[in-house]
Amino acid sequence: MSFYLAIIGTKDNAVYDLEFGTYRQGGDGRPKFSADMKQLCPFIVHSSLDIVEEMQWNTNVMHLKVIDKFYNYLISSYMTAGNIKFLLLHETRADDVIRQFFVDLYDLYVKALMSPFYSVDQPITSAVFDQRVKMLAKKYL
Amino acid sequence: MLQNRSSYPPQQSAVAPSLASSSEKSIPTSLTPSTLRTVATPRKVTIYDRNLNRRAPELSLAAFAFLFNEIVQYSQKNVKGIQEMETKLSEYGYHVGQRVLELTVIREIKSAKRETRVLGLLQFINTGIWKSIFGKPADALEKSKDQEDEYMIIDNDPIVNKYISVPREMSQLNCAAFQAGIVEAVMDGCQFPARVTAHSVPTDLFPLKTVFLVKLDPVVVERERYMR
Repeated sequence: MSFYLAIIGTKDNAVYDLEFGTYRQGGDGRPKFSADMKQLCPFIVHSSLDIVEEMQWNTNVMHLKVIDKFYNYLISSYMTAGNIKFLLLHETRADDVIRQFFVDLYDLYVKALMSPFYSVDQPITSAVFDQRVKMLAKKYL
Repeated sequence: MLQNRSSYPPQQSAVAPSLASSSEKSIPTSLTPSTLRTVATPRKVTIYDRNLNRRAPELSLAAFAFLFNEIVQYSQKNVKGIQEMETKLSEYGYHVGQRVLELTVIREIKSAKRETRVLGLLQFINTGIWKSIFGKPADALEKSKDQEDEYMIIDNDPIVNKYISVPREMSQLNCAAFQAGIVEAVMDGCQFPARVTAHSVPTDLFPLKTVFLVKLDPVVVERERYMR
């Protein structure tokens, strides 16, 4: 199973993105998207932003669960208090696990935000952040 | 918010050339000289190793007073008038507000929800945000009688003004503009764009009483009407 994670800022700008695979069922943590799909991932994820925008005023929860489908792929979304969107493209439905993943990712994002050298909507380029996200992915997905 | 600076390595110093290539990187498996070196030195504590929930939530008021004092003095340089200085203070507050919003929400994990209505958000600012910064809720939240898009948050004794004495020739100045900036950032962050200004309304009992006037953007008023 492969995943594609994107963090989108308040102005629909890309903050961070990552492709990764599962470690479960003998996986090695590498994404196994086909060449076509690799290109399509960011496109699919960004196109679901419209749905997020539609949903965000009807509910006050943060975890919006699965919001969009594209062939066999599902897109889950999480929205922080400051309107930063976390979007995850995945293949099977697992709301609880993904919620935990998002909650921990939120924690990590707020830590990044606490740095006085980072400001909202800036791309996150920290190697430590990258490594931590990969650890979370390994832990949950 | 005020923590030891030495443990904050600059975000920019991290070595990740671009977003796209970050997914290709993997942990080196062979013992190259560079990995040997990292093993030898003690691991640096990064911002990601710290817990977002502080054990002692209170900070020294003196430290804050000195720091804020410096901020006021610094913003006094190179400004032409009181208006400009208040704008500057508000800008500094804005940066604080952006962070306080997320931090307050994540610390109150049991109520992990977003605010989608004006009143709910204002109440959250009135109690949640005020409590997390100043340790007490604001004294009142009022709606303007004649303007539909104006709300007032009233603080009888704002901590930021406690040790600030304004000279007579600048009597128009209210340094709580900093606090107004925080409120503005929280409103903006939740997608409720608004203009927030601080006004002194001294009374005999509370000489430092400050009213934070929240003027909502027409977009917000329209959306609110639609949602009702």
